[in-house]
Amino acid sequence: MRERGGGARTVRVAGAGGFWGDDLDAPVRQVEEGPIDYLVMDYLAEVTMSILHKQRARDPEAGYARDFVALMERILPVCLERGIRVVANAGGVNPGGCADEVARAARRAGVAGRLRLGVVTGDDLMPRLDELLAAGHELRNMETGEPLAGIRERVTGANVYLGAFPIAEALGRGADVVVTGRCVDAALTLAPLLHEFGWAAGDHDRLAAGVVAGHVNECGAQCTGGNAMPEWWSIPDLDRVGFPIIEAEPSGDFVVTKHEGSGGRVSPATVTEQIVYEIGDPAAYPTPDVVADFTTVRLSGAGKDRVRVTGACGRPPNGWLKASIVYAGGWRAVGTLVYAWPDAAAKARAAARVLRARLDRLGLRFDEVRTDLVGWDSTHGPLAGPPPPDLPEVQLRVAVRGSERAPVERFTREVAPLVLTGPPSVTGFGEGRPRVREVAAFWPALVPRAAVEPFVRVETREA
Amino acid sequence: MAAVKLVELAHARSGDKGDVVNIGVVAYDPEHYPLLVQALTAGRVQEHFGDMVKGKVVRYELPNLHALNFVLPGALGGGGTVSLMMDAQGKVFSTALLRMDVEVPDEVAGRVRGRGRIPQSRHPNGEDTHG
Repeated sequence: MRERGGGARTVRVAGAGGFWGDDLDAPVRQVEEGPIDYLVMDYLAEVTMSILHKQRARDPEAGYARDFVALMERILPVCLERGIRVVANAGGVNPGGCADEVARAARRAGVAGRLRLGVVTGDDLMPRLDELLAAGHELRNMETGEPLAGIRERVTGANVYLGAFPIAEALGRGADVVVTGRCVDAALTLAPLLHEFGWAAGDHDRLAAGVVAGHVNECGAQCTGGNAMPEWWSIPDLDRVGFPIIEAEPSGDFVVTKHEGSGGRVSPATVTEQIVYEIGDPAAYPTPDVVADFTTVRLSGAGKDRVRVTGACGRPPNGWLKASIVYAGGWRAVGTLVYAWPDAAAKARAAARVLRARLDRLGLRFDEVRTDLVGWDSTHGPLAGPPPPDLPEVQLRVAVRGSERAPVERFTREVAPLVLTGPPSVTGFGEGRPRVREVAAFWPALVPRAAVEPFVRVETREA
Repeated sequence: MAAVKLVELAHARSGDKGDVVNIGVVAYDPEHYPLLVQALTAGRVQEHFGDMVKGKVVRYELPNLHALNFVLPGALGGGGTVSLMMDAQGKVFSTALLRMDVEVPDEVAGRVRGRGRIPQSRHPNGEDTHG
């Protein structure tokens, strides 16, 4: 905990990544461009989890965010020197393997023996799935109500979303770096606040404030001017956009800001856009630690690129945790071609009819075939209205999905022939045949809290 | 009264949870929030999207943030990697809502006209932007 301006105790939690693939240098800028106490990174989207499950299936040592290891090698010395602690769900589906690699990275960086490494596990339900089913938990799909039994043999991974307390425990036991598997994104930010301020499980309003802070922080620059609509053309220097910093106080009130001199913008409008991102009922945002009410939150400007957030309220969580189960959902491929003026849209549609007729004649069966005109209706659908007659060009996009691989594979060979056998003025086939991809389908389910046991390990390793 | 586009009154962000899209709509001007509450009923949004949304639209209000949140089930063709949609995660679904016409008092229409769009002086319509 640091003493800062005015003697108020604040903790600065820097968000440095909103998904695996986000700005590689953001964590470095967060560490180097100004004072922070914690660096937190979210690597796990549902699609990322399915990729990691596949990687681990091929190689038991894999299944985590490798970029995190390279990053740690780069910034660990300076983090340890300045007392900046790192929390990341980089562990993916193999937190232990990730921690082993971070330990090796620490040795390469010359800080082995100085690093206390925390690992949070217990989110992996895959080894326990049949035990849970046998105990009478049906793991029904939250969207469809169907029991898991119907797709059990196709399940490739199952993880439950853990909360912030296990991470806070690792920090309490002295971890400089905490690697987790699946946890709610907001937990990465909430956990340092639990640890620093000693908030208890029953401090619902403060926990809710920490969840709001975490929700704002969890998508990186999406709250600091990235992907922000309000006067986007006037947002400065997105090439070196400042990632968010939460300046939290023991009361739960916090300020959202970014490093001085960095690009982007923090305003009530950019923060509000992030608060409403990917939520359901804003009065009941569920997490394992608290049910947060976003409707009581108030924002106010607190200087240039500073927004003060107050008023969050919370209620106790219920007895269930959300699990995300991944199962094999068949195969898919997407083929594209570009048609040029005149009558670009009409040519593209005619080409789609030719293609579909050929697929039918070949007797290929798909669960779905979808045709869109990119540049016209692929995002706004029927709301786009009829295409203007002078559309200079349009991309035909045909996508197929099926339970068998072979028909999808054959589809990928039927797109290019349209260039010489279909309507005229066509190009854009330079990327070659479409790739066949496996579909990872998601099965959201609830698991009783009592059936889940997080496990925290903190140790110094010589690697 | 006069018709303006929702994009002139509000900004928005959308995202996914499985096959469900949510769209947060935020009034540029807090004093226009009541106009949004009145005009953007769940029914009106449902009607706007028509067949693009299979389930029942639900609306939530966040008056402190002068924002509305719409939850649109069955809007993503199955969601995730199952969905064959270009925008399988609903990232720009918000912009389809901002096309909506909203009836507002004449003086409001006069004040907001052109808002939410890049000013003409900055529009990339010169030859130097191609290449």
